[in-house]
Amino acid sequence: MKEKIITTLNRVTKSGLNSFWRNKWVSTATISVMVITLGLITSLFLLSVVVGSILTDLEQKVDISVYFKLSTTENEILKVKSELEKISDVKSVEYISRQQALAKFETEHENNPLIIKSLEELGDNPLEASLNIKAKLIDNYESIASFLESTRFSSMVDTVNYRQNQKVIEKLSSILGTVRNSGLIATLALGFIAVLVTFNTIRLKIYSMREEIGVMRLVGASNWYIRGPFIIEGILHGLAASLVTTIIFYPILVFVSPKISAFLSGIDIAGYFRNNFFQIFFLQTLVGVFLGVISSLIAMRRYLKI
Amino acid sequence: MIHFKNVSKIYPPHMVALENVNLIIKSKEFVSLVGSSGAGKSTLLRMLIGEEAPSMGEIIVGDVSINSLNHKEMPYMRRKIGTVFQDYKLLPTKTAYENIAFAMEVAGKDDEEIREDVPQVLSLVGLEDKANQFPYQLSGGERQRVAIGRALVHRPDILVADEPTGNLDPINTWEVVNLLLKLNELGATVILATHDNSIVNNLERRVILMEKGKVVKDDLKGKYLI
Repeated sequence: MKEKIITTLNRVTKSGLNSFWRNKWVSTATISVMVITLGLITSLFLLSVVVGSILTDLEQKVDISVYFKLSTTENEILKVKSELEKISDVKSVEYISRQQALAKFETEHENNPLIIKSLEELGDNPLEASLNIKAKLIDNYESIASFLESTRFSSMVDTVNYRQNQKVIEKLSSILGTVRNSGLIATLALGFIAVLVTFNTIRLKIYSMREEIGVMRLVGASNWYIRGPFIIEGILHGLAASLVTTIIFYPILVFVSPKISAFLSGIDIAGYFRNNFFQIFFLQTLVGVFLGVISSLIAMRRYLKI
Repeated sequence: MIHFKNVSKIYPPHMVALENVNLIIKSKEFVSLVGSSGAGKSTLLRMLIGEEAPSMGEIIVGDVSINSLNHKEMPYMRRKIGTVFQDYKLLPTKTAYENIAFAMEVAGKDDEEIREDVPQVLSLVGLEDKANQFPYQLSGGERQRVAIGRALVHRPDILVADEPTGNLDPINTWEVVNLLLKLNELGATVILATHDNSIVNNLERRVILMEKGKVVKDDLKGKYLI
């Protein structure tokens, strides 16, 4: 029985391979549309990776600085600090005393004698103590800022400083969201077209093979023996499309990657692609085979009456 | 044994192809099914091989009711009934050998069995020396013999032949009919649908005459007179 299944599987696979090869041109059309779909999905995936890594990079640079009036004592500031640390959205709070701020200022401007001189002339430390706060998520900064701006602290707090990064990040994440959404819609549309084209290919094949199918039924071929080759063909379309996509994509990435790296340091798409080659290839193959098999099944349901 | 029990076939809305047909065909019988075109011969045979379902009634082969079989069971039933048609239904891209082997392949027979059985079948139908010829290289009679060979590979109990000689000249016709007789002697039930009265009158076997979807005559040693 087991041998019989293997024999049948063998024959079905062979027949599917044959038909795939004999109808090279029709197969090519099907695969082309699928390659475009898979290419789009892969691009989208890589774009997400790039933009995502830019975003995390930027997110780490965002923080809020609260500057306290000169009259505020260290104890009061530390109290605010411990209060902030209790808020669940807060990741870390760093205290920078007036002395530290001065030291930092001096090292930053040690090459500028004018500033150093005017500081010396002032005699006193004009810098305010501050707290640097990092939130867990970018969305949390809003609430932390409003917490600090509340009237409770108005006697101590001089200014609450959002860094400019915030705006950039908001813009970037909205761009990423738009790209993802429109990309998803385009992918779905192309996927649908790929299914239609594959469906039509299989439909034509069923039509051109109607004689053979008739004979198969006549001599008592089981249903899956008749259907098998069409499913194998669907799988082959998907596999071929994913292979072609990879073959086209890799050189393009190798070419483009240095240019992107020049723009955005620390991002190496080609390297990412190499490192995650199997995952990406697996994803492509999965989507390709899924599209191919689904189309075959629909075509058989419609046109292959057994 | 084949039993048609009150079988009717109506194509909607009201084209009656078969009307209340009752027939019993014993095993190892040789039956000629005669009648003019459109009398319902083909419809009856198509129902026997499960290509069409009766609108009413039941068809029993052995102890199995054909119309109760599902999609999965039908192919196995078809392997027990060999079929031959007027237009041979051979695959043009396959040789005589491959056409016969194909029937065994689709049934999941292993290669060894195929290598053993196909030459036997080819010699039974007298085409050992034409094994590697394609259908277009064969005469009509030879093609039909390939088709009969293909119908035989599953060693069917029943052989259904629907106008097998319709496209053949008298000499080839007799080659095919003699082959059917030989198979009948070897133990197969043969049902031969034809409108060729010269065949029927020479056979002197059971003749069932159909007209307008009804069985009008059933003689054990019949003639077919027009």
